[in-house]
Amino acid sequence: MFAYPTVRTSFIFLAIALAGLLVADIAITTANPWQDLGRLFWGVVTPNFFSTEGLLTALLRTVAFAFVGVALGSVCGFALSLVYRFLPVRMFCAFIRSIHELFWALIFLQFFGFHPLTGVLAIAIPYAGIFAKVYSEIFEESDPEPSRLLPPGTRSIPAFLYTKIPDCWVQLRTYTAYRLECGMRSSAILGFVGLPTLGFYLESSFSQGLYSDAGAMLVLFYILIATMPLWVRPKLLPAYVLAAPFFLGDGMPIIWGNVKRFFTEDIVPAPIRNGEGLVGLSEWMGDVWINEALPGIWNTVVLTQIALVATGILSLLAFPLISRHFGGPVRRTSGHILLVIARSTPEYILAYILLQLWGPSMLPAVVALALHNGGIIGHLIGRQTNTIQLRPDAPTGLSRYSWELVPRVYRSFLAFLFYRWEIIMRETAILGILGIYTLGFYVDSAIQNIRFDRAMVLILITALLNIGVDALGRYIRRKLALKTMPTC
Amino acid sequence: MSEFDFHGLTASFEGQRVIGPLSLHVNKGEHVALVGKSGAGKSTLIKVIYERLQQEASLIPQGLGLVNALPVFHNVFIGQLDQHPTWYNTLTLLRPFSKDKKAVKALLDELSISEKLWIPAAALSGGQRQRVAIARALYRQAPILLADEPISALDGPMAHTAMQLLTGRFHTSIVALHDVDMALAYCDRIIGIQDGQIALDEPAANLVASDIASIY
Repeated sequence: MFAYPTVRTSFIFLAIALAGLLVADIAITTANPWQDLGRLFWGVVTPNFFSTEGLLTALLRTVAFAFVGVALGSVCGFALSLVYRFLPVRMFCAFIRSIHELFWALIFLQFFGFHPLTGVLAIAIPYAGIFAKVYSEIFEESDPEPSRLLPPGTRSIPAFLYTKIPDCWVQLRTYTAYRLECGMRSSAILGFVGLPTLGFYLESSFSQGLYSDAGAMLVLFYILIATMPLWVRPKLLPAYVLAAPFFLGDGMPIIWGNVKRFFTEDIVPAPIRNGEGLVGLSEWMGDVWINEALPGIWNTVVLTQIALVATGILSLLAFPLISRHFGGPVRRTSGHILLVIARSTPEYILAYILLQLWGPSMLPAVVALALHNGGIIGHLIGRQTNTIQLRPDAPTGLSRYSWELVPRVYRSFLAFLFYRWEIIMRETAILGILGIYTLGFYVDSAIQNIRFDRAMVLILITALLNIGVDALGRYIRRKLALKTMPTC
Repeated sequence: MSEFDFHGLTASFEGQRVIGPLSLHVNKGEHVALVGKSGAGKSTLIKVIYERLQQEASLIPQGLGLVNALPVFHNVFIGQLDQHPTWYNTLTLLRPFSKDKKAVKALLDELSISEKLWIPAAALSGGQRQRVAIARALYRQAPILLADEPISALDGPMAHTAMQLLTGRFHTSIVALHDVDMALAYCDRIIGIQDGQIALDEPAANLVASDIASIY
């Protein structure tokens, strides 16, 4: 079995994760974790839709921010995808998408304040980078022959409109719709930093112990995501996009003095601001590096590796739930519902809830990341097994799982997993805001202490770490000759 | 009068020479058939000539190069994209002008496929797709035709109609054909390709089908 490079790679990653478990901080520190969990479940089954008037407004704001942010991101991403072949553009896109929405929100909050622009840009900027990459991949895969046949002298715009757009239209639409769903999740969690979306109300209900209110929000959010195919129709889309900016709320006005101060003073490293010269700067950098960046990177990497393997194990356990090779319709339907819930709950919200219940440690983060990402990969792999035709006398049960199905889907399973590696790391860093000692924790505390210069350096380090993992993931995928579709 | 005169035509695939070096001289008004075993290099030769002509020819490649998501009308109209300004082409994508509709429909009528005018190319059968690619080549009205097995999926009468149109509407044509009788019927010069070289080059009038059999 170890003759297969895919198996060897899997075991190397498993070993790294096990080693990570030895040094990781995994514990349940609250007194009554199960009682709280029970109360939460009770809250979800007895949702109270009428206690907060703000609930519907929050839902509306969540949708509005998602629409405006994703629309702006897709337009800019489309424009960028047309010039994506130039290296500076590719680097720029890699950079803006390696910074998580919440980090963008934290940055804009410092100078735009609670203005709607903060939320819109926090979604639009990283999404533009992602759209640019995926759109350009879709264009690259289109059939090159029709454009070779065009009469010389055809201008580039009609050439593009006639040969590329029609060929790629379905894929562009599918991917943009998928991103809109992601945008809903991003929009919801922006509430955790104070924007008027679902996360804000979820956090306040939780902190007051109003579990039924929190349950109502979660239930509404699932319904919102699950019914998207019904209410997001191509014909209605222009109306939504045009109307959405009017439902963002007023927020607070932008104080332009703050914007200027942020760029000319706040983010300038303190030693330069105070005229301490290069010696002061290198001391300052050393301090940031040793006391904040290094521990942050270490915890982020350890947590990412554990979460990655946990995601993998969970996906492999979860995919039979929706595979037609096992069980009957009842089991598959409940499996579908379970996976839909797992993948439509943003990992940030899952982590937040688990952290409230179990207390601060890496455990809630690992479980949250594994549940969300395992739900996604399990769903994709399960769907893939449904296209496999088994011979009539194929074994059943565990033998069918381990001899017939897993070997067939293992390569695409690994492809999805390595594709999500970078996404998991980006999320791991951001979960620090909740109090786990990953990079986000140090960014958040620097901001709390009004040391924006440090926060910017730490965000840059986080971005570089993500870019590095993305490159490594791509290298491994190429080495193992694994292919992925962009929609994951 | 010479249409073109190429020397040192070569093509390689993965380091392996598949064509030439060979020279090809074609006069204006000539209709040339390329014949030969599959893999002899006919398709590659057509591609090489197309590149040398800097795309100043109507090309029907074996893969046809249709835009699957577009209707038949636009797949034909695409042949004259260089004739109109950008705004005109963009508007046509949304709502075609009636004079273009009429012109395209007339052309498709000759190929008995005008009823498919608004059907996406993806929904057509192999023979229908081939006729759309022929219509596109005709609509482009280039002086030279380069075609790679343009009638391979057409039945008897339709194959004859298509060959009549192709050799009648283009002043000069170079068509790869595996059907030797069609080559002799519609072309005035036969070039046999064998292992990437010209193995036979005779006026069609001097040949009968059995003469060509030797290169297969």
